[in-house]
Amino acid sequence: MAKNVQFMMGNHAVAEGALYAGCRFYGGYPITPSTEIAERMAERLPQVGGRFIQMEDEIAAMASVIGASLAGAKALTATSGPGFSLKQENLGFAALCEIPVVIVDVMRGGPSTGMPTGPSQSDVMQAKWGTHGDHPIIAVTPASVQEQFNETVRAFNLAEKYRCPVLVLTDAIIGQMMESLVIPEPGELEVIDRLQPDCPPEEYLPYDMDKDINPMPAFGSGYRYHVTGLHHDETGFPTNDPVLHTKNTKRLIEKLEKNYDDIVKVEEFYCDDADILVFAIGVTARSAKDAVLQAREQGIKVGLVRPLTIWPFPDKHLDKLISANNVKGIVVPEMNLGQMKFEVERVAKGRCEVEGLYSLMLDPILPSEILEKIRRFA
Amino acid sequence: MAYDYSRFLRNEKLPHIWCPGCTYGIVLKSFIRAIDSLGWDKNEIVVASGIGCCSRLPGYVDFNTLHTTHGRSIAFATGVKIANPKLKVIALGGDGDMTAIGGNHFIHACRRNIDITVLVFNNNIYGMTGAQYSPTTPKGAWATTAPYGMPENNFDVVNLAIGAGASFVARSTAYHATHCEKMIKEALLHKGLSVVEIINACPTGFGRKNKFKSPTSMLLWMKDKAVQKAKADKMSPEELADKLVIGVLHKEEKPEYVESYDATVGLNKGE
Repeated sequence: MAKNVQFMMGNHAVAEGALYAGCRFYGGYPITPSTEIAERMAERLPQVGGRFIQMEDEIAAMASVIGASLAGAKALTATSGPGFSLKQENLGFAALCEIPVVIVDVMRGGPSTGMPTGPSQSDVMQAKWGTHGDHPIIAVTPASVQEQFNETVRAFNLAEKYRCPVLVLTDAIIGQMMESLVIPEPGELEVIDRLQPDCPPEEYLPYDMDKDINPMPAFGSGYRYHVTGLHHDETGFPTNDPVLHTKNTKRLIEKLEKNYDDIVKVEEFYCDDADILVFAIGVTARSAKDAVLQAREQGIKVGLVRPLTIWPFPDKHLDKLISANNVKGIVVPEMNLGQMKFEVERVAKGRCEVEGLYSLMLDPILPSEILEKIRRFA
Repeated sequence: MAYDYSRFLRNEKLPHIWCPGCTYGIVLKSFIRAIDSLGWDKNEIVVASGIGCCSRLPGYVDFNTLHTTHGRSIAFATGVKIANPKLKVIALGGDGDMTAIGGNHFIHACRRNIDITVLVFNNNIYGMTGAQYSPTTPKGAWATTAPYGMPENNFDVVNLAIGAGASFVARSTAYHATHCEKMIKEALLHKGLSVVEIINACPTGFGRKNKFKSPTSMLLWMKDKAVQKAKADKMSPEELADKLVIGVLHKEEKPEYVESYDATVGLNKGE
């Protein structure tokens, strides 16, 4: 059978990926450069039996997707930096209450209203630390239109599997550009649904602290339980017990750490013998790939480490490569003033030099700029 | 035989957190009786709240319950209702929740006329944080953040809801417990966005510093101030100046949001 190939915008590919994953609710608020996701969902959701709503603000949009998820729907919202800041309040609620939702952040230049139409990668740390308190977060970082689709499907799967909010952290270039997209056949990509209880309702515990993942029945299914943004016990009811608070907070974070191998996906490009590494995500990784190829032609042993999951940070992958290859230096190009670089330094633990390459120029960082940095280590 | 509230309560979660003299317990009972009288399946009922004293109510009732962030209960409830319109969705909160931090969600839910019942527990003060003024604190009243008297004008919750487009708006008080039950019941039965403003007493935060000698005196204040709508219709504006009209104050039939959405987009889910 002929493949379903379409020439599609990155933002539209996110929407199509969400629908493929079974998303049936979208609650959003317009913001450049993410709005095409909302527009596509407004048109497409009714066609597959889902519903769309444009809420009154970003806070409400985030709240609505959590409500929809509790009612049993896979739910999506999308935004950009300023809207992402507003979503942080209820993002924390989703993290603590273990509600599967997917949030897309099409990064643009900040802070504040900043550069609405300019691409950026300056929400890397907001993605990790934007909401208050210690909390779990997963963020995937696509670098092509095809990955906008595939990684959105994966984002939904991770959200459902680990009962955790998952971010699709992309940028204005990947979101706005058009490329060929092969739309997978139904069943071609795995689609995961949240665990359902197999016990009678009266025995159901929504937050069994001795389990990493608890089943999550929908409101209306006959399992009546309480959900609160207060720290809670296994019944879901508020508790002030600091021991339980500590145990639960650690449990939320450790459930991701324990499943690192399933969650953290990294493309290692020419890394086998590389004693120099480039560490880059999204649009910057595309330039970096070109730089690596050019450097290889010049005989430089360099490879690209391209995380498709930036949170949890790919510590294990990076650590293993630095040790195994006796790496001399790592170049970290990013469209901000240095956010991932410090994470790379943390993992490097002084074993090699780590050099940042930062840009706020709104154009992608050029392969030649990255090549220049690579050559310094050669 | 005394009415058995325990059938609707999570009895193991009691006693509740409310102060002695607080009227929320009275309203909780009116709420339970209203729901009981409808014979609804508990599994189909969702109660969402925000932050504040009354927002602890969902924890005590044996439904699908959701205690959200400050002011956001209606926004969460909107997602619940749209994802599963068969559910009976109730959003409740205090005057701070609904008219300050959540004011935007309140007016837009009214505008959409989504089939959610909104209960506003108005005690004219932020009780949980210790008596700061809210958008419904009367001008001149004392609050910890208005030590010289409330300098701002206040909201009329009923007029706000009507102005924003709610299709059912009622008011009652904790003193009028049976009337309150009736208003909640009518609101629950109404198709569309229904609002019941319920006047409550916070003796700890509001009463003590505003010349109410006891919780009882606050209930008597409600009794003296309240005028039933039928009677109020016959009174002059001068006679009504210092009164609080209770009853169904606005009711109209107009298209409900989810039904309108489905009709507009050609969605027929058979719900």
